[in-house]
Amino acid sequence: MSTLHSRRAAKVMLTPSVLLLFAWMVIPLGMTLYFSTLRYNLLMPGATPFVGLENYYWFFNDPAFGVSVFNTLLLVGGVLTITVIGGILLALLLEQPIFGKGIARILVISPFFVMPTVSALVWKNMFFNPVNGLFAYIAKLFGVPPFDFLTHAPMFSVIVIVAWQWLPFATLIFITSLQSLDSDQIEASEIDGAGKLQQFIYIVIPHLTRAMTVIVLIQTIFLLGIFAELLVTTNGGPGVASTNLTFLVYVRSLLQFDVGAGAAGGIVAVVLANIVAFFLIRIIGKNLEA
Amino acid sequence: MARKKSNQYRILITCAAWGVALILSFPIIWTLLTSFKTEIDAIASPPKLFHFNWTIENYFIVQERSDYFHHFWNSVIISIGSTLLALVIALPAAWSMAFIPGRRTKDILMWMLSTKMMPAVGVLIPIYLICKDLGLLDSRLALVVILMLMNLPIVIWMLFTYLKEIPGEILEAARMDGANLKNEILYVLVPMAIPGIASTLLLNVILSWNESFWTLNLTGANSAPLTAFIASYSSPEGLFYAKLSAASIMAIAPILILGWFSQKQLVRGLTFGAVK
Amino acid sequence: MGKIQLQNVTKSFGDTNVIPPLNLEINDGEFAVFVGPSGCGKSTLLRLIAGLEDTTSGHILIDGKDATYMSPSDRGLAMVFQSYALYPHMTVKKNMGFPLKMAGMSPEEIEEKVSAAANTLNLTQYLERKPGQLSGGQRQRVAIGRAIVRQPSAFLFDEPLSNLDAALRVTMRLEISELHQKLKSTMIYVTHDQVEAMTMADKIVVFNSGVIEQVGTPVELYRTPKNLFVAGFIGSPKMNFIQGNEATKRGSSTLGIRPEHIDVSATEGEWEGTVILGEHLGSDTFFYIETEMGAITVRQSGEVAFKSGDKIYLTPLTNMLHHFDEQGTRIP
Repeated sequence: MSTLHSRRAAKVMLTPSVLLLFAWMVIPLGMTLYFSTLRYNLLMPGATPFVGLENYYWFFNDPAFGVSVFNTLLLVGGVLTITVIGGILLALLLEQPIFGKGIARILVISPFFVMPTVSALVWKNMFFNPVNGLFAYIAKLFGVPPFDFLTHAPMFSVIVIVAWQWLPFATLIFITSLQSLDSDQIEASEIDGAGKLQQFIYIVIPHLTRAMTVIVLIQTIFLLGIFAELLVTTNGGPGVASTNLTFLVYVRSLLQFDVGAGAAGGIVAVVLANIVAFFLIRIIGKNLEA
Repeated sequence: MARKKSNQYRILITCAAWGVALILSFPIIWTLLTSFKTEIDAIASPPKLFHFNWTIENYFIVQERSDYFHHFWNSVIISIGSTLLALVIALPAAWSMAFIPGRRTKDILMWMLSTKMMPAVGVLIPIYLICKDLGLLDSRLALVVILMLMNLPIVIWMLFTYLKEIPGEILEAARMDGANLKNEILYVLVPMAIPGIASTLLLNVILSWNESFWTLNLTGANSAPLTAFIASYSSPEGLFYAKLSAASIMAIAPILILGWFSQKQLVRGLTFGAVK
Repeated sequence: MGKIQLQNVTKSFGDTNVIPPLNLEINDGEFAVFVGPSGCGKSTLLRLIAGLEDTTSGHILIDGKDATYMSPSDRGLAMVFQSYALYPHMTVKKNMGFPLKMAGMSPEEIEEKVSAAANTLNLTQYLERKPGQLSGGQRQRVAIGRAIVRQPSAFLFDEPLSNLDAALRVTMRLEISELHQKLKSTMIYVTHDQVEAMTMADKIVVFNSGVIEQVGTPVELYRTPKNLFVAGFIGSPKMNFIQGNEATKRGSSTLGIRPEHIDVSATEGEWEGTVILGEHLGSDTFFYIETEMGAITVRQSGEVAFKSGDKIYLTPLTNMLHHFDEQGTRIP
């Protein structure tokens, strides 16, 4: 296999993927960018005049926008906190010498593989429902009036659902990371007189920071786009109390058919995601030997 | 690790671990139990854990009423279709990057991964409009293509890592043994790559099956996979918890079981090698 | 069969030249060992001969035919890799039969040849096993078996014993040498271990940064090394090098004397020194001695009783002295 022949062959083999992904990146995104500069509403066919940044202006000044950004950050922040802290604790617990470790792990991992719509509906109806849900029953046991979670604490409820789904992911990654921790290091520290807590602080936590960073970045990318859980439980409500940026764009685009405004919102979401992606790619790049 | 922890400690920690595991998986367990209850039992107060009349009628009712298997079949077609399509396109790309690396290989790989990070909502409008204009709203074909594009970076990435793990010397040995390129691929490379390919397929079928953005926005009664179908249960029509549970269990069971066997692949595929 | 000639062969990776113009002849049936420190280009040269890499310029002739642009399999050579490179998904039988299958032989012929090779290498009982179920030494033999079945004009070995433990290495060394006696094929063997080179080779080629420093039989290299590099590389422990007065008064820039060619005495000798460390193996004794000319290593047969700190007198055997000029080349 001469080198020249190989280089050409390599280019040919790469082309379909590169072309497809490039087209996928550029064409729709370009269209979104274009639409965001038009006043374009599907319900009002006819002229779609160029209005420059007007859509962005209206989008930013939309009271719902501020709320949606806040909710997006709240959702991401809340879920990250729960999954990172919970994940570390769970990973440490599951890496202990327990009996039936394999099955315990399977139980812990399961929520991640449940499709989001099912998770959302199960939580909404069987747990959060103020009439028939389990939480309502527990409240009654304590003589407390049942709390309508989805109406009075919509973001909290959604955070619980999403965190429940993503906790296994964080746990699994922390477990993987823990397993790569050199037991030699721990033993050396024991000889040096370190107690369990010190071992945890000075050896385990630093080792886990890489996994932590990766989890934070990767989860953020996915959490920015949480959609199904909102659609199925609160529909973004009451009002816009549980609308995140993704949902807001959905509402503007597919419910109100305001393509211009929706496109502007979409671009904002892309910019946000790119900021996170920038840091994630840097970390991946450092680890990659190609 | 020479010292064994005392048995007492092990029992204690086992109880703690199992306790937490059961609590975390409780929603799934509860759903499974409820699927075997009558609707009355499903909302009984106090809730019944095991002592109720077990029935499997819900599973039948769900299938009859709402054409369940049609949507199940849609899920199968969309997830397997998009994954296989991705495989066909990704395998040559991953091959060339693993075995004939150039100066820009790493950059290209990074760029491909970055495309996965683009939020779907950013292209919702154009994709929706394109599908509308092409008459592809509510079509499985559109979803197969779109989900293929969503997963392509991960498929390429995973295949790349698995192919890189094949020692180059073995391929050289094949060449010295007289194998031309076709034979080298057929007799040596593919058999060694099969486990990796299988793992990649597994993970991506799971991801496609559970995809809940495009499947909710681009499908209608005809092409809706299970994700969308279940979402239509969100407006309650009278007593329905037991049926919801049965429908849910049927929707998640295959993927749940596949997921148990794909833990390693999950870490490899979704952390992009940043965690070993 | 099995004569290999390299004519003005060069190899560069990008802008880095790894092998400057090189000429070498290996005769039919010879056991040639390429030896040198890590990174000196010996493995690269082996891969050029095998056809796994392309030469940048120059020609490689196998049995008189220009093989420079031939694919690896057309050259009629077989290679045993450092990591054995066995096909993990095939049984030993299929591994060894693979090259024959690629050559289009009938299953019966393949069966016959594989059995014969397995017999020669004591592998018959392992034929149905997969490489993962074999020990290092057994895998090594399968790799050799896979090479034998092809009845190649020459065998190429790329540091085949590096992954084995010390005892196994000695056993396998003998086996490979016996194989060579039996098959009488050309064998080119790459190693960084000069003991392997000295014990196995008909002809040793000493490499340094892609350049051939010397070609010769083991004894030639031992007795008449052409320059400082070869002198210091061949022989263990290393030859002692002395510069300064002692060298110039004997007419050279650097003086070389092997540890085994120095006589010791507690009372009198040419050079005076103090014993720093002694290694007593029973069969030999090694002393590391500090003298005014620097550190000198001495080897004596049997057990010699000097302790650390003892005064010691050294006398080199005059006819065993090596003389080198300022460029490090041997002065005859």
